[in-house]
Amino acid sequence: MSERKTVMSVNGTEMFSPPSNILIPTRDEGKKPVLDVRGLGIDFGGLRAVDEFTITVSPTEISGLIGPNGAGKTTVFNLLTNVYKPTRGAILLDGHPTAGKSVAQVNRMGIARTFQNIRLFDQMTVLDNVRVGMSNNIRCNFAESFLRLPGYFKAEKRSRERALELLSIFHMESEAYTLAGNLPYGAQRRLEIIRALATEPKVLLLDEPAAGMNPSETHALMESIRQIRDQFGIAIVLIEHDMNLVMGVCEGIAVLNFGKVIAKGTPDQIKNNEAVIEAYLGRQEKKEA
Amino acid sequence: MKKFLSRINRRDALTLLVLVGIFAFFFIMLETGAASNQFKNMIIPMSYYILLAISLNLMVGVLGELSLGHAGFMSVGAYTGCFLSVMLVEKFPELPMYVYLPVAMLCGGLMAALFGVLIGIPALRVKGDYLAIVTLAFCEIIKTVIINLEFLGGAIGFDTDSIVPDRNKALTLLPYAAFAVIVSAILIMNLVRSKHGRAIMAVRDNRIAAEACGINVNFYKVAVFGIAAFFAGIAGVLYGHNDVLLKSANFDFNMSIEILVMVVLGGMGSNMLGSVIAAVVMTALPEMLRDFSDYRMLIYSVMLIVIMLFTSAPALAGIRERLSLGFIKESLQKKMAKKAEKKKAGKEEEK
Repeated sequence: MSERKTVMSVNGTEMFSPPSNILIPTRDEGKKPVLDVRGLGIDFGGLRAVDEFTITVSPTEISGLIGPNGAGKTTVFNLLTNVYKPTRGAILLDGHPTAGKSVAQVNRMGIARTFQNIRLFDQMTVLDNVRVGMSNNIRCNFAESFLRLPGYFKAEKRSRERALELLSIFHMESEAYTLAGNLPYGAQRRLEIIRALATEPKVLLLDEPAAGMNPSETHALMESIRQIRDQFGIAIVLIEHDMNLVMGVCEGIAVLNFGKVIAKGTPDQIKNNEAVIEAYLGRQEKKEA
Repeated sequence: MKKFLSRINRRDALTLLVLVGIFAFFFIMLETGAASNQFKNMIIPMSYYILLAISLNLMVGVLGELSLGHAGFMSVGAYTGCFLSVMLVEKFPELPMYVYLPVAMLCGGLMAALFGVLIGIPALRVKGDYLAIVTLAFCEIIKTVIINLEFLGGAIGFDTDSIVPDRNKALTLLPYAAFAVIVSAILIMNLVRSKHGRAIMAVRDNRIAAEACGINVNFYKVAVFGIAAFFAGIAGVLYGHNDVLLKSANFDFNMSIEILVMVVLGGMGSNMLGSVIAAVVMTALPEMLRDFSDYRMLIYSVMLIVIMLFTSAPALAGIRERLSLGFIKESLQKKMAKKAEKKKAGKEEEK
């Protein structure tokens, strides 16, 4: 009951921050945003790592979060997944606040993520890595597992089939039985994305998915990101330094510097935004005449 | 049949086969009277050490948490089970063993599981070496508490002689031990190969990623503490029924370490076969070395060091590979293929 009340009160004041129309792709117009973040901020001691972070993400939008090193991009992801408790602000996922939920609960609510420094289950096979992601979507209780009741075999079969299906997105079925730790770097990144997808999220957060990939791999990844969006109908937020990828695939981009959003807009707007150019390249001193 | 075979993991099947083989061997040795007294005394200890090693492997190898409190869980099970058995035998002297022993095992296991969960909850806050210290402290606390409980015999020990009045204890207890160990091994292996087992291993491999995948890390940690303690408790009941006098001083740090050594030597992880073999060897070894009398423990420890080096030294990786089952199988297949080729070549020449 109390949970509903907080939603209501949020509803009462103002449901969503006024959507910057440019950021919402036409196909999502009029739809409720899946992720509504308002005034998010966190302090580490005296340091304001993130401040006044406000974005809305529509249900099938691909959006990018860019910014110079140390701007707070990964911190934003950690805030969105409740790894850090925000000092200020609120996150609404499909209208439900995520405040006070554990990391696992937030995942079950519908936010999945990948990590900048790859975090796979190295000693387990590729297939099992994906199946771990499915834990909450496939029912099989302890008794069924211990005694191998029919429910166990059903769950195992379903999870295996589903995992292979997911692996086929990146054409990784043939590597299903190798240990995740033995995969090459690029494949590990792709596996992380598949594992995150296996949790059936509404919002997928990708932290530097193209890091360490060569141009052709990056290009393939770009295609895959679009394919995932179309196939699963989910929103994707990605942090990336590879501007070809960001400009190529994102429909809306937010630029972060020193923990603050300095610009929001379409790729073209961002490319020509002076504040962004300044954040990346510095200000050009005007010569005295 | 084929369908059935495809449903079980090959390694688990092998483990099961070895277990059944071990117990069949015990039965035959006892039934035919071929077993020496020394061997007879080793049979039940081997059984409960197998169970202890498997259950500790679940905690150390599968969950990845170092626990030095396994002897503590075992003693909880032993005292609960034996106390119950003694009471039942006193109240109902007619009661057959196949009623009270399983009841004792179940209750001992459940009590140990309860303690496992109780220790597991505060232990969530610590990990690694610190967890080892916490569990070690628990083990010592249990020991001291039991010494001070008068109804459990105090420092003199708890007299359990009345439970199994039989002269030939090994033969009487063996069916129960075999049943308990084999069923427990099946249950544990089933768990490991299920959704829950994968979740537990995920916690071991990367806690943060496991959480991000929606896995309730705390729940699984406590659950494994409870499950591992349950089986340790059952092993404890076996221990108690095999002895004539339960002394809490026996369930000390050394015993926990002994079980841990078995798990480490057998290879930590989802494969339980190593733990089974290591438990058998480690229980037999000190007894077999009795002929060396004074040098027994010296030889025993040297052998441990040698085994340790052999199983983990990087310089010996080549030798290990040559001795592995997979390698032998492969080389056999190669030989067979060569032979077949020669035959073919010979036939063609004949033509």
